Amino acid sequence: MRRTVLAVALATGVALSATSTLAQTIKVGVINTYSGPQASLGDQIDKGIQLYLKKNEGSLPAGVKIELVRRDDTGPNPEVAIRLAQELIVREKVQFITGVVWTPVAAALAKVVDQAKVPLVLANASAAMLPTLSPWVTRMSLSMWHAGYPLGQWAARNGLGRVYTAVSDYTPGHDSEQAFTKGYVDNGGVIAGSVRMPLQNPDFVPFLQRIKDAKPDAVFAFLPAGRQATAFMKAFGDLGLSSAGIKLIGTGDIVTDEELPNMGQTPLGVITAFHYSAAADRPENKEFVAAWKQEFGPTSTPNYMSVGGWDAMGAIVEAIKAQNGKVTAEKSLELLRNWKNAASPRGPVSIDPSTGDIVQNVYIRRTEMRDGALANIEFETFPQVKDPWKELNKKK
Amino acid sequence: MDQILSALVSILFHGLAYGMILYVISVGLSVTMGLMGFANLAHGVFAMAGGYITVTLMNGFGIHFFLALVTACIVVALASVVLERLLYSRLYTASELDQVLFTIGIIFMASAAARYAWGPLPQRMILPESLSGQVDLGFRTFPTYRTFLIVVSGVIIAALWLGIERTRFGAQLRAAVDNRRMAEAIGINTRRLFTATFAVGSGLAALGGGLGADILAIEPAYALEYLVYFLIVVSVGGLGTVKGPFVAAVLLGVTDTTCKYLIPEFGAFFIFLAMIGLLLWRPTGLFGRA
Repeated sequence: MRRTVLAVALATGVALSATSTLAQTIKVGVINTYSGPQASLGDQIDKGIQLYLKKNEGSLPAGVKIELVRRDDTGPNPEVAIRLAQELIVREKVQFITGVVWTPVAAALAKVVDQAKVPLVLANASAAMLPTLSPWVTRMSLSMWHAGYPLGQWAARNGLGRVYTAVSDYTPGHDSEQAFTKGYVDNGGVIAGSVRMPLQNPDFVPFLQRIKDAKPDAVFAFLPAGRQATAFMKAFGDLGLSSAGIKLIGTGDIVTDEELPNMGQTPLGVITAFHYSAAADRPENKEFVAAWKQEFGPTSTPNYMSVGGWDAMGAIVEAIKAQNGKVTAEKSLELLRNWKNAASPRGPVSIDPSTGDIVQNVYIRRTEMRDGALANIEFETFPQVKDPWKELNKKK
Repeated sequence: MDQILSALVSILFHGLAYGMILYVISVGLSVTMGLMGFANLAHGVFAMAGGYITVTLMNGFGIHFFLALVTACIVVALASVVLERLLYSRLYTASELDQVLFTIGIIFMASAAARYAWGPLPQRMILPESLSGQVDLGFRTFPTYRTFLIVVSGVIIAALWLGIERTRFGAQLRAAVDNRRMAEAIGINTRRLFTATFAVGSGLAALGGGLGADILAIEPAYALEYLVYFLIVVSVGGLGTVKGPFVAAVLLGVTDTTCKYLIPEFGAFFIFLAMIGLLLWRPTGLFGRA
């Protein structure tokens, strides 16, 4: 009798320990901007991450759960982000870190993950050099050169002979100015002038008046999405640049999907290059947008950052699945660096194993009226673009 | 030549419109600071509240821009009276540091509340038909909205000037700014006077916030984002006057715009250099009293 009790106890014990090794939680650290003036950016990324997890949680190996550990960097504050990353790695023992809105934050985190050997999957942060900082960094968003360089090529080939560049005076602004100029001048375009505008700037009239006086064929603009881009757009309309025959072109940042409704009629006809538009007709994207609206309400619109968050989470989930839940840092990294997704909302994407950076389609879009609202309609594709900055610098 | 002249007119015009908005928002701050010596950094919160109320009434309830503006102005003025009686009045005798900490705290709370209620994105501002497009002023066309800003601000300035120079209330206010104890001694109820002034100042800020919502976008960080500009206007203009901030705001608007036009790379610094110079020359501002 006693023996059977013991046997039963032993058996349950074994069974319990067996299930407990199966039921495991994998922690994913999310360093993101959840408060402060730029919280809208972090919000888009977080929703992308959330949505992917919600839709795909069921596909994880049995017993494996993902727990998101969110931390707020409050803005472009590398020193805060380093502290958060150390806490996530040492105390929370996260096995992946994702999120990251800002280039300076990403650059600081690259050093931390390089020492700690934890894969960092960037959902945003677009300075060209970032993935070169550590093999532990992979990027699911874009390089500033992804948008600027192809647009330069396009502008030169499509009859825009003289272009004035106007960018915000900080690293991504400088990057996009150089990227556009390189693509444009190499294909025969002439830069009519260039201006770098302060990042804290309430009114863009003086810069645009100067541009109007120079009478270029077009203005190439890069400004951070949100208030800045909207204010620029309004001043462009107020000064009547388009009636003076000056076109507005730029990276997708100046007409992000969630800001379009705030911009009035000015963006009509604006031509931009970018890797994602919420209005794209791909079935994967339609499905994504529908799921988004169902989850976050009909007035909410995903943008490129949401897709960055979605794909970053996707890559992490795939890496966990491929290892059947027994995750090691080295194997995860190898899987992340060879990640491919033919069905991303932005079209087929993959990670270039040699650089850790994303390879994706870049679309030339025109802002048009569709179903009573402004939308960025894609009309030309530069297929499978590798970051032109790294490609150009490799050849040298 | 024609083209340079035309660019110059355009720059002056836009700078003026920008300065006018800054003035309407800031004038209340100057008067309350001069009158009670209260460092109300949270003044921009009233402008932000005005902006939020205006856009919400317009977008959510389809109320016309002008009516929404007036409503916002009245609601904020009334709310500010409650705030003044409940909170501000407790700190009149406190040190400046306490006042600054208190009002900065209000800014953070207001930003968080706005973010909670309206989300982090800038608010959509769709101008009514009558204000969009261009207006022909005979010799050239100007954007209707900015022309409207200049005209409305001009009317407000005239009304303020008349109110302060020509009414009994204005005379009491001037007396209290000049010498509060003496004014109290001859029977002026400075407490009530201050509450009324505070309400008018806040109401004007709300009006400015709503009016200017197409230039200074309404978003949760508004009160902090533009605080520097409000403070420049007040400190350069001088405390306790309505004329000073007007000159300062127009100077700020026009020189800032002109410098950014002429030398875009350095233009943004110029306004701060000019302010340092001015304040070294006249530490109490252009029209301030020592």
